[in-house]
This record gives sequence, structure tokens and C-alpha cells, in this order.
Amino acid sequence: MEVLETVKLATSAIKRNKTRSFLTMLGIIIGVFAVITLVSVGTGLKNYITEQFESIGANVLYVMPGRMGGDGEGVSFNAPPNFAGSKLKNSYVEEIKNLGEPIEDATGYIEIPGTAKYRNNQTRITIGGSSPDIINFVSLKVKDGRFFTNSEMYASRKVAVIGPEVASKLYGNMEPLEKEIIIADSRFKVVGTLESMGSGIAGGEMDRSVYIPITTAQETFDIKNLQNIMVKFTDKDQADEAKFRVKALLSRTLKEDDFSVFNQGTLLSTISSILQVLTVALGGIAAISLLVGGIGIMNIMLVSVTERTREIGIRKSVGATNGDILTQFLVESVFLSLVGGSIGVILGILGTIVVGKLISANAFSLWSIILAFGVSAFVGIIFGVAPAAKAAKLDPVEALRYE
Amino acid sequence: MKTVNMELSGVSKVYEMGDIEVKALDQVSLRVNKGDFVSIVGPSGSGKSTLMHILGLLDKPTSGEVILEGRGVSFNNDRELAKLRNQKIGFVFQSFNLLARTSALDNVELPLIYSGVPSKERRLRAEKSLFEVGLEHRLEHFPSQLSGGERQRVAIARALITNPSIILADEPTGNLDSKSGKEIMDILKSLYQNGNTIVLVTHDPEIAKMAKRIVRVKDGKIMEE
Repeated sequence: MEVLETVKLATSAIKRNKTRSFLTMLGIIIGVFAVITLVSVGTGLKNYITEQFESIGANVLYVMPGRMGGDGEGVSFNAPPNFAGSKLKNSYVEEIKNLGEPIEDATGYIEIPGTAKYRNNQTRITIGGSSPDIINFVSLKVKDGRFFTNSEMYASRKVAVIGPEVASKLYGNMEPLEKEIIIADSRFKVVGTLESMGSGIAGGEMDRSVYIPITTAQETFDIKNLQNIMVKFTDKDQADEAKFRVKALLSRTLKEDDFSVFNQGTLLSTISSILQVLTVALGGIAAISLLVGGIGIMNIMLVSVTERTREIGIRKSVGATNGDILTQFLVESVFLSLVGGSIGVILGILGTIVVGKLISANAFSLWSIILAFGVSAFVGIIFGVAPAAKAAKLDPVEALRYE
Repeated sequence: MKTVNMELSGVSKVYEMGDIEVKALDQVSLRVNKGDFVSIVGPSGSGKSTLMHILGLLDKPTSGEVILEGRGVSFNNDRELAKLRNQKIGFVFQSFNLLARTSALDNVELPLIYSGVPSKERRLRAEKSLFEVGLEHRLEHFPSQLSGGERQRVAIARALITNPSIILADEPTGNLDSKSGKEIMDILKSLYQNGNTIVLVTHDPEIAKMAKRIVRVKDGKIMEE
């Protein structure tokens, strides 16, 4: 029997039971859709975070207090708020800056959660204490006013640059510049406002930030040392060299356990691998629904074989071989799962586009589409074989007698 | 000397029903010559259906040999068996056994699909076959839109389309009123007159008489009249 005839036969059988065929396909459609869309969530997150890191610049080293597992393979970006144990001194920042090539710039940093008040308004904020150079490390853009200056930092002035969310929560429609802002019972003056970082994961947090000079932060919160030091170097390829220099410098006064140096590359690869696991896990969960869809196909095909017992008898009596009958039913189940798989791929791509818009990153991943479609075809064969074999094995005399 | 189309030699068929063995056919030998018209009669349970199924290569004998056009049939080779059923045997059943929701033309074409005939030629031959049984005005009708007599004529057209060497009709008039039954018998008779070999199973003595030979089956054994 020709291939074309077999396909025609399968499609006509499917058309004859439209509702049932559609419901059977629905299992596969949902399975493929779920795999593609959920994988796109993982991929999107990964791409988003990579982009965020790259926007800060891939050529930044982080010096963190204490020892962070392995060779600076730590995942913790923000050390605990209680970094009393930190031995990173302000003076190191200048020393690192003076190291020269390939090191370009350095800034100390402290991050403390807190609340800010203006008159009766109050909002939760993240206080970032730094030097004005922070703009070179974190892509901050000043919207109105200005960032605080080096001289304000040296003088420990109580000036603040506030994120857009802080501005709207505290001042509403008022102009925040030159207004006071109360942080930890101290009065600060707003000298600048920042542009929104967008609605991304880190963006929301950034919009709630208030930047103050590092010296002011240390005085206000009675902290002697730094939470971390960010070091910028000239070129991505110089990461190891820069790391080595910074380590060498700090080792002169600090013990090995007192600090760790790592760069974005390591941090990024750690986060990437976590997200990779997440993506695979999401895909795996979705794959279960694909499996359930396959079982649905098998169920319907078994029903179909029983229903069409007499038809099988007729076909055998006019010359169908066992192989012809097997192919007929197998093609039917593969056809169901391929059409279901194709619809699932289309919906999955739409889902990916939506996810991409929500995360604002490219969430497309070809492998999940190929895998989901391949698995759906495979499912059609695997779960189609048992019913088809059952049909092929039917005894013609028995089958013709079947009512 | 006459050419032998189909021959059963010492064929037995034993069914096992739990511990009891039921002998449906007991050492049956039967010869069907080319151009023969044989009626097989007998009460229900006599084994005539089993005989018919073995002649139609649908059932496998427990022992004995089936010889079709001079060659022994190997019942263990599914492909070979299917090919013989397809090319050498035309089956007409009591309950028509047409595919539901499938046009008369498509039903008649069915055996040709399994012998790999291209679709254009299939269509032509199916039209011709339906024309021969007088159904040229019913080509696109589904079985449910046809009368019993018409359905059986579609089944005959399907049996004829491969020019089989033997036509097996199992109670072809059993589900029909007497008028349609007569029409069907007229068709079978004219097929016989055109040189086709026909084996007919019936319990109706009047119909049996139309055949050239009558074979009586009783308790798994046959007797020729």
C-alpha cells in the first residue's frame, strides 16, 4: 500500500471524528505549548540578567568581605546588611585606584535597607552609600538636578540622589529638588533625581534607591568599613590580571579569609547555571503534560481500534496485510500528534513573544521548539504502536463477526 | 480434464473451548473446478461457515492442505495470505461488510488500494464494476443511503473488481427480502454463466438448487449430492 494512500486514509478517519480528534490533539497542543513557553521563561530570565550585567559592564571586579565559597564563586551579591565583620577600609579604594593599568576606577559601596520620610509620607528604600563614581559602575542616569560631588563626599554632606519611585511616593507631584528627606532620623537634602531603570527585576529595586555619599552613610549608620569595593578595569580580557593585582594589593594588609575578589564573569556564570537548571526543570515539568497528552492519544486509538474492529476485518478480507493495518493506525496517531505538535509550536511561539515582552528580553529558544516538536512526534509513535499492533493482530474471522 | 481452482485435502479444524475440543471440520476434502457453481448447505453449527472461512483463507486449518491454483497455501505467511485474498478471492458476506460512511466507489476500490493500483485506474475499474451490477447511478452514495439489495450489489462489485479466481458468497441473500434476493441470485447466476467460479453457502434449498453442485455439511463432514 502506498504512503500517500495511508496518509489519506488516516486523515479521512480523523476528519470523520472531528471533535474527538481535536480533544485528543489538545493534550499534545498543551504539552508542546507548555514546554516551549516555560522554557522561554527560563531563557528570557537568563538573557535579561545577562543583559543587565552587560549593561553595567563586564569589566567590573567585586571585592567582598570574608571568604565566599571556593575561589570567589560566591553567589551573594549583597552581603548581609550586618557587615560589621568587613575589613575593607575606605583607604583601599584610593590604593586600588592608584594601581594603574589595567585598573581604571574604583568605588566603595554600602547598601542598607531603610525607610525615608518627607512630612507625612513614608516609603521603603534601599540606601546606597558610594562615591560619585558609582555612575560609572551602575548605569544610573540623572533626570533632574545632579549627582553628589566628590567634595560633598569628602565633607560628609547630607545630600541624597533619589530614585523615581521614592520621588513619587514622597513628593507626589511636587518638585523634590532642594526638599528635605529624612533617612534614619537625619535630614538630607535632595540634590538630584534618577531616571527609571524600567520594570525589570533589578529595575524595580533600583527605582527605590537613594544614593548618598559613602562617608555620610558611614557616619549616619555608624559603620567603619565598606560592604564591597567595585573595581573597573579597561578590558574584559584583563579580568585575571586586574583580579591578580587587586588581590596582591589587599593581601599585603588583609588575610586571605578577609576578602574575596570576583568578577561579573564568575557571578554571571553562576547565575546562568542556576537559571539553566531552572529552565530544564520548567521544561521537565511541562514535558509531563506532553506525556499525558501521549497517553490521551493511546487511549483514543485503543477506543478507535475497538470501534473499528469490523472495518479491520473487512480490510483484511480484501487483502490488507497485518503491516497495512499497523501502518494505518500508526500513521493516524502520528498525524494526530504532529498536527497537535504544530499547533502547539505556533501557540508556543506566541507565548514566547508574550513572555519576551513581559520580561523585556529575548526569550526565544530554538532547541525547546525542536525538542517539543520532536518529542510530540515520538510520543505519537510510541503511544500509537500498542493500539496499532493490537489492530494488526486481530483475527479476521473474529473481527468480521464483531458487532 | 477440468482445471482445479481450489482444493481442500483432508482439512480439519478443531476449536478448543476450555477442556473440550470441538471438531468443526473433520477430514474434509473438496474440489472446486474452474467455472464451477457449488452450493454448500447444512444446518447452523454444521461447520459450513468454517469451511467458507478456510476457503476464503481467513481461517487457518488445524491440519490438512489447501491448494489454490495448483499451489499449497502457507497459512503462516501473512503477506502471502493477504496477497492471495486480495487477488484470488472475492468475498460476499451475508451482512454486506461495507465500510460505513464511505462511498460505493471507495468501497469497491478498496481491494485495489491494497494491490497498489494507481488511483485513476482504480476509479475506472470501480466504475466499471459498479456498472456491471447495475449501480452506475449510485457511485457516490454511502451504504446507509442504499437499500439492502443495492448494498449487496456493491459488495459483489467489490468482490469482482480484482477478477478473482473464486467468488465466495456466504448467505448473500440472508439479510434481503425475496425480491432483492432474487436480483442478487440473478447476478451470481450470470457471473457463473460468464465463466466465474462461485461457491455459495446457503440454508435455503431453493437457492441451493440454482447451483450446479450441492455439497451438504453435517457434523464437520461433507457429502456431495
